[in-house]
Amino acid sequence: MPLDQSFQGRSWPATEPYLVGREKIREFARAIGAADPEYHDPEAARALGYADVVAPPTFPVTITMSASRQIIEDPELGLDYSRVVHGDQKFAYTRPVVAGDALVCVNSVDEITSRGGHDFITTRTEVTTESGEQVVTVWSKLVQRGGEA
Amino acid sequence: MEPQTFRVTRADLVRYAGASGDFNPIHWSDRVATGVGLPGVIAHGMFTMALVGRAVTAWAGAPDAVVEFSVRFSRPVPVPDTDEGTEVVVTATVKDSADDGLTKLALTATCQGEKVLSLAQAVIRKR
Repeated sequence: MPLDQSFQGRSWPATEPYLVGREKIREFARAIGAADPEYHDPEAARALGYADVVAPPTFPVTITMSASRQIIEDPELGLDYSRVVHGDQKFAYTRPVVAGDALVCVNSVDEITSRGGHDFITTRTEVTTESGEQVVTVWSKLVQRGGEA
Repeated sequence: MEPQTFRVTRADLVRYAGASGDFNPIHWSDRVATGVGLPGVIAHGMFTMALVGRAVTAWAGAPDAVVEFSVRFSRPVPVPDTDEGTEVVVTATVKDSADDGLTKLALTATCQGEKVLSLAQAVIRKR
């Protein structure tokens, strides 16, 4: 079943603030093997000019993936998550995420297309602080593979 | 730039699942992975991208020197249930270096000699 084209161009209300914890950044950095002190030690991070421990570049996806559920789990969209694979991923950074940030996500659907029996949806998430400071823009393209039948 | 090699084991995928909140069973259950036509458990695409991100950050010199980072996931990274797991090799070549201090890196990631990403690039700013 093709995806509902009317989702293209839509935006959703801002999500509840996500409070970025120091231990969450440390846990994520450990999980990807990032051992540099600025990911773990607040003093080392401050010495390098960050307000607190800094998140590795792909950390924001842990926030945006959860935020984008408001789109991809909407039954009206018609996405069968068991047939979905991750196509593309892009980040454009204004500044890195640091512990103590309270981040708000505004999701949009940039594009919905169909090609070769597969459906593609590109979501864009503008991640800002509660006070509206731009932090990072995150694009994810999901591919819904066509049925085998 | 010097290629960087990252070892990936099942334990890494379990740890990444917990840290990232991505509990899709194709990243920890052979039964589910083979059931959807995969050779077995595969790495999270975002785990592979995170490893590439480590290389980019190392080349850039700091996490806040990364301005843009994008990839296309072109092939899965199968991770066998062995102590050795598998390896992902990341390379970068400087595409162009503009006057504004921004440098574009063309990135590759390979596993068992096959490219697992396409259109992978980063824009970094010299600190």
